[in-house]
Amino acid sequence: MTTKPRLYYFNGRGRMETIRWLLATAGVEFEEAEYLETREQYEKLLQDGALLFQQVPMVEIDEMKLVQTRAILNYIAGKHNLYGKDIKERALIDMYVEGTMDLNEMIMLYPFSSPEEKEKNFALMIQRATNRYFPVYEKVLKDHGQDFLVGNQLSRADVQVLESILMIEEYEPTVLSEFPLLQAFKARISNLPTIKKFLQPGSQRRTEPDDRIVETVNKVLQL
Amino acid sequence: MAGKPKLHYTKGRGKMESVRWLLAAAGVEFEEEFIEAKEDLEKLRKDGALLFQQVPMVEIDGMKMVQTRAILSYIAGKHNLYGQDLRERALIDMYVEGTTDLMGMIMALPLQPPEAKEKNFALIIERATTRYFPVYEKVLKDHGQQFLVGNQFSWADVQLLEAILMAEEFKPDILSPFPQLQAFKGRISNIPTIKKFLQPGSQRKPPADDKFIAQVKKIFNM
Repeated sequence: MTTKPRLYYFNGRGRMETIRWLLATAGVEFEEAEYLETREQYEKLLQDGALLFQQVPMVEIDEMKLVQTRAILNYIAGKHNLYGKDIKERALIDMYVEGTMDLNEMIMLYPFSSPEEKEKNFALMIQRATNRYFPVYEKVLKDHGQDFLVGNQLSRADVQVLESILMIEEYEPTVLSEFPLLQAFKARISNLPTIKKFLQPGSQRRTEPDDRIVETVNKVLQL
Repeated sequence: MAGKPKLHYTKGRGKMESVRWLLAAAGVEFEEEFIEAKEDLEKLRKDGALLFQQVPMVEIDGMKMVQTRAILSYIAGKHNLYGQDLRERALIDMYVEGTTDLMGMIMALPLQPPEAKEKNFALIIERATTRYFPVYEKVLKDHGQQFLVGNQFSWADVQLLEAILMAEEFKPDILSPFPQLQAFKGRISNIPTIKKFLQPGSQRKPPADDKFIAQVKKIFNM
């Protein structure tokens, strides 16, 4: 009997959230180690040699201590049949998720902006979502008319695009107003049983970042 | 018959260099179309050739691929440089992400404000010698094999060599604490396709100089 994957991170979304989404979508139960709140906890992980490049996220899964967000996501997607049927579908999925990860990077770093940069960063984040990323996914759906982004089946691309949509909507609720297909996509994917469950209160989904998480991360990582 | 892959980028290393390395390592001939002015980038965008308005872009197997990692994963998978199973893939992915992070720091340095340069230069040396190289040194030491993963040549080996050579351009004796990496460097450099890529006249690009940086900043409005 395999043990559940165990996540090592802060009590926040950051770079671990997409991993939580993907595990939840795949219907994989997972645990979270004690959330990182102090420098001492982080130093203990370092001393124990648990972090290959001294960084989190780290996920204990299938007797590996996986680090590097993409390595972790690739493994989970591959293991749970969320990575397409062949190398060409993989290529499409990879392109689409790299887009969402670039957008997510802006979303993740936004709360860490200096006061002078906050307004500019907010505007850029929303602009990129509406002008660079969402139009691409809208067009993909329009062109093939299918329910899922790639290969007519659920993949990590669908999960990651939904995740990005929901996070941007937290900042700009009308962001999908020009994207009717993404609106339908959002509803459709949100209603898949495992995802529906993850979107309910009490799931392992983390909440929006606040000043407290920014403070904790800065303190623990000595940024 | 499939045409050769065609790379769209500036005439410098940047994010495309790892793609050049991997194609070369796989023995795949490729063409390049260089972006030399803002207008070249605008034309690609207007033609709808860039999915997210960005380069690198590689025309390959009927696709216009963008996003460096997507491109590299495709090439690695196609040319048997991505391990034999999911677990080997996971190791390769971890190792490649580490070298990508290190090379990203090196790549970003010329674009930083002068006040930050000295500090970041020191940080690069520190990260290379205390965070990244020790990991690969230990991997090689622990299994005693010629290649990083699965006893066969993979994307991870190519990228580690690329990162080593880049770091040595910074600090020529940077490998002195790492005997396994020194041997690794010698070994991988001698693989025929790689040896060819390391010779003058190949499609390998030189480090960016100030003139090139100025051109890049103009093209990308930085």
